[in-house]
Amino acid sequence: MKDQWYPVAMLSELGRDPVETILMDAPVRVWRDADGTACAATPEGRKLPVTEAYHHLWTSPGAPDRPLFDIPEARQPDRRFVPCGRVRVACSPLRAVENFLDIAHFPFVHTDILGAEPHTEVARYKAEVREDDDEVWATKVEFYQPQAAKSASGGVTTQYMYRVPAPTSSVLYKTSPPRPGEWDVIAIFVQPVTETRCDVWPWMALFDETTPQADLVAFQQMIFVQDRSILENQVPALLPLDPGLETPTRADMTSIAYRRWLKSHGYTYGAQLVAA
Amino acid sequence: MILHDWVLSPNCYKVRLMAALSGQDLTLRAVNLYPEREHLSDEYLALNPAGTLPILEDGDLVLGESAAILAWLGEGWLGQGKAEAARVQAWLSFAERLNATAGRARNIDMLGVPGSLSEAQKGGRACLRELELALSDRRMEGGTFLVGDGPTIADIACFPHVMLAPDGGLTLAPYPSIRLWTRAVRALPGFVEMPGIHRLHELSPEPEMETELR
Repeated sequence: MKDQWYPVAMLSELGRDPVETILMDAPVRVWRDADGTACAATPEGRKLPVTEAYHHLWTSPGAPDRPLFDIPEARQPDRRFVPCGRVRVACSPLRAVENFLDIAHFPFVHTDILGAEPHTEVARYKAEVREDDDEVWATKVEFYQPQAAKSASGGVTTQYMYRVPAPTSSVLYKTSPPRPGEWDVIAIFVQPVTETRCDVWPWMALFDETTPQADLVAFQQMIFVQDRSILENQVPALLPLDPGLETPTRADMTSIAYRRWLKSHGYTYGAQLVAA
Repeated sequence: MILHDWVLSPNCYKVRLMAALSGQDLTLRAVNLYPEREHLSDEYLALNPAGTLPILEDGDLVLGESAAILAWLGEGWLGQGKAEAARVQAWLSFAERLNATAGRARNIDMLGVPGSLSEAQKGGRACLRELELALSDRRMEGGTFLVGDGPTIADIACFPHVMLAPDGGLTLAPYPSIRLWTRAVRALPGFVEMPGIHRLHELSPEPEMETELR
């Protein structure tokens, strides 16, 4: 996992003075040079690789052997782009991603927004590891939502697709309320601080011409902070990759695929391998 | 009435809660306080030179302090008589101390605001202990809320910072009187939630109880 790309700052916050952050237990300094180049380096002065993408600065403590994953929708000019800042959570970075992939908690944690009792059933959907792209995908996901997005008025059944292109990033596609034929894109880019602490940078690319930017940011911040107290109380803190400790149900198929994919690649930072 | 609002701010939530409990309508204007720092724009500094949220606009009246807004919205929630009104004021000041300690710990721990988390938590813990003592004394006298027989703006001012203390790494487990008081506030008719402050799911009947009651 050392050789993956990770988000470490929002590009809009990057200034001439270096700011220190933590990436996988090690301090990293980030800044923008006089000539406009974004930089990342260790306190000892070792330069780290950088990529500017999706309104964030990405770096790696190791040597990535391929570019950062592509989000083609980021190039569609009529989308609204909404970076939402950072939420720090005392949980494994892998648990933050797994929670993002879960639908079953909507009625209980995001009550009357992304779900509501008694509409709690998660219908059967398809989860797979796409070998060609080496990504986890879940498709044909459907769920009843009282207020699916800031732009939604009234309850709708929302279609979802989920994609895990990197061990600590996930992108979801959901029905766009103003444009039912299109998908809104919502992503979380997770910066692993330690194995049990992470900074989550939510980001959205939406079709919404009317809602003010501040409302879009507030909506996503509201959703994410509703998750935070749940994430911080999950036991065990590290994500178990071996069966035995937690019993999955049919609704957890994406999580099972994600855990298997992590294990098959040895992506174990924030994970535990033997049931405690 | 227009409330310039940020969804994650405990001081903004106080105003939303007071309005909901007293049946007053607010028009919410979301301000991109984080990450864009929109509350420090020229437009907002003209409205509130302190550079803080919430800001309430009611016709010509513009209020930029949550305690002042609670006083404006909270007719009938200000305490009965001189002594109670004075005690309510004391709790409004206490709420500021909670904001500067437990609230600060939350900003450091959740949003990465610079500062000493352990210092902020230490101050927050001292405030929570003080509140626990006061509320347990109130319970011995037969009281449920901070001042007098019913809820006042004192309860509304302190409640959000207390409920959100766990966001800053402060547990409420050692404080039974505080926990009972937060239940009493959450049970008030018209109560609304915010991220980190849940409604009282635990007071709704369990499914089998519902059947028995029928």
